[in-house]
Amino acid sequence: MTDPRILIVGAGPAGIRAAETLVAAGLRPVVVDEGARAGGQIYRRPPEGFTRPPEVLYGPEAPKARALHGVFDRLVAEGRVEHLPQSAVLGFSTAGAHVTGPQGSRVIAHDQLILATGATDRLAPVPGWQAPGVYSLGATQIALKAQGVALGQRVVLMGSGPLLTLVAYQMLGAGAVVEAVLDTAPLSAQIAALPAMFARPALALRGLSMRARLGRRYHAGVTLHEIETDVRGPVAVRWSSASGRGKRSLCDTVGMGWHLRAETQLAGLAGAEFDHSEIWAQWLPRTDRLGRLRPGVYLAGDGLRILGADGAEVAGRLAAAACLADMGRPAPEIAADLARLARLERFAQGLARAFPWPAAMVRSLPDTAVVCRCEGVTAGTLRATVDHGGADANRVKSLGRIGMGRCQGRFCQLAAAELIAAHAGTDPAQVGRLRDQAPVRPVLAGALARSGGSG
Amino acid sequence: MITPLPTKGRIHRLAETGRASVAFTLDGVAQVGMAGDTVLTAVLTVAPVLRWSEFGAEVRAGFCLMGACQDCWIWQEDGARLRGCSTPIAEGMRLLTHPPESWP
Repeated sequence: MTDPRILIVGAGPAGIRAAETLVAAGLRPVVVDEGARAGGQIYRRPPEGFTRPPEVLYGPEAPKARALHGVFDRLVAEGRVEHLPQSAVLGFSTAGAHVTGPQGSRVIAHDQLILATGATDRLAPVPGWQAPGVYSLGATQIALKAQGVALGQRVVLMGSGPLLTLVAYQMLGAGAVVEAVLDTAPLSAQIAALPAMFARPALALRGLSMRARLGRRYHAGVTLHEIETDVRGPVAVRWSSASGRGKRSLCDTVGMGWHLRAETQLAGLAGAEFDHSEIWAQWLPRTDRLGRLRPGVYLAGDGLRILGADGAEVAGRLAAAACLADMGRPAPEIAADLARLARLERFAQGLARAFPWPAAMVRSLPDTAVVCRCEGVTAGTLRATVDHGGADANRVKSLGRIGMGRCQGRFCQLAAAELIAAHAGTDPAQVGRLRDQAPVRPVLAGALARSGGSG
Repeated sequence: MITPLPTKGRIHRLAETGRASVAFTLDGVAQVGMAGDTVLTAVLTVAPVLRWSEFGAEVRAGFCLMGACQDCWIWQEDGARLRGCSTPIAEGMRLLTHPPESWP
């Protein structure tokens, strides 16, 4: 009997722990990852030749980063996983997963599939956000960590979520100029969520201490009005304080984001059903506790539940355990990881309540505001499309092109659903989720033509 | 008609500045980046945008830096495009902020 062919998509904390668990059971998975070096986004590694140690790059999380990188590098060096870096799965057919990478395109046949596709920033539009020099919060952190650069000379960071405080703290530590940190979450919501966040007391205290370092730059409960721009990009952010006072922060760069959005396109193409989660204000795939979509397909990490890196490590092990059990192989004990998962979920739900999706801000966007950065579709166009086409996300996409651009709706879909719902007097869950379309990444025609063999 | 680029870059180097130089051209002008820079980093250190056109919405400088938004595609003189945030700068790259003239 030949060994089962197992494909893992993503080499962040979830993908790495899933691979490690399968290797421990004597299997040799294939790991496809878009990064040049394994680690994912939070534990992203700079290119070869960079010299800052993990302690500088990852702060108190450095031991976890070192451990994950070490585990994966050892598995690759010993030939116990096949690692395909800088490669993306574009979609699936009966032949297998269609993968594109430096060697061109190939089809990877597999018996078992573990999707550990992670998350991106969850974005809400602010008038002016389509200008060059406006970035996601994650982008400002990646620039700092993986390239040693600030994306501008004077930065305003805005949005909400744990990354807002973390990025501001890291940028200040690296010597960047941060003009203001504008949090749309009211202080009252943050205080109400504190008990849940003390499910992880050390982490909660670390967040509060980082917040303290931001000093008077940090403002809670703000209302964001506009990113003022000239031809080069941002010149200022206009906002109001919690007490309603109008403010203007000069800047040449903006980093923005509202916590995270699960990356779920491949899960959708693999047959996942989705539920709209009110607390996370997004659609999340439906699986069992271990991440089992059905026997043979498993999800793990932030692409399934937004628990962050620690939760992703746990979810990676659980998905691999489910995979082993379904193949009738001895699976590791899961009770301890299930208990960890429950505690991490309590904390994560506290975070979600402390730093909510800015529904009211999105609903009141002016008609002139761009919602889709790819194709410049405005809130007004979107509302007009709802007027003559109805309040269905996929219909609005067909008629109004929202979500049809190069990012395939990753950065506008949630705001669009909110706007559609507001305009039609319903809620985002009723508006529906955009259908997933392969290829989930744009691909050069040349790369498709340069097709290698199947594997 | 190609709008002339303002010359100043937007990216500000804070660390890892001891790396080897990498020569490339942007719109035909010789520029220098560093080994390990992405194309996005190398270009935005010397210029404010990756793509430039007369349409406001098409002035782009990247957005997510993790390969998800596809905002940072940039032209090369041979007509091929590449994704700036995930492609390392390489010696001799000839990059363009506008489509090559052969492009229909």
